[in-house]
Amino acid sequence: MNIDKVLNAKGLACPMPIVKTKKAIDGLQSGQILQVLTTDKGAKSDLTAWAASTGHEILDTQEENGVLTFYIKKGEK
Amino acid sequence: MSDTKKTTIVLFSGDYDKAMAAYIIANGAAAYDHEVTIFHTFWGLNALRKDEDIIVEKSFIEKMFGKMMPKGADKMGLSKMNFAGMGPKMIKDVIKKHNALELPQLIEMAQEQDVKLVACTMTMDLLGLKEEELLDNIEYAGVAAYLADAEVGNVNLFI
Repeated sequence: MNIDKVLNAKGLACPMPIVKTKKAIDGLQSGQILQVLTTDKGAKSDLTAWAASTGHEILDTQEENGVLTFYIKKGEK
Repeated sequence: MSDTKKTTIVLFSGDYDKAMAAYIIANGAAAYDHEVTIFHTFWGLNALRKDEDIIVEKSFIEKMFGKMMPKGADKMGLSKMNFAGMGPKMIKDVIKKHNALELPQLIEMAQEQDVKLVACTMTMDLLGLKEEELLDNIEYAGVAAYLADAEVGNVNLFI
């Protein structure tokens, strides 16, 4: 998987991960992939719901040592 | 994506914690690409006050109101466990510890995200608040402007 941008949102609390993710994805072209790292426990539901509603695709999520990693593909505008 | 969705929030409360909830939802909705409006009325107007002393002409009662109400978001009290001002101090410590944002930062971020902040002019008159005392780059309106946003809104809250 080609990652076009990495967002480190570790340690940040709601609503920062979602706000930062939105900003990061705004800077990408559709089809490009954003990797998001977060430690916010609500992020799993938050980012999944956000991606579904805003038309982006979550390709994969991983969880390791309390860090959640998301791979989000930017959708068509 | 289809048409832009709208979120409208009425912030009536002047409590720090309730305003925090309102602004977190507003920032989240802005990240959802919603057009977001926060309509501040009654005690919620205090969240928009500048924290400095501003000389404006006021009647005696308006001056009293001005003195008794918090000057800006950072000075607001909690809805529960305020403990004469100790509560807000404690909650701000906890906020820092958890890397969450304090209310003034949430308001700043909302402005960065183009959340429309509206002050209700009728209640401004009642409480004696003048435009000079409120933050820059906000809008002034009444119930009709709020309803115009809310009637086509997808999320609508009264806090």
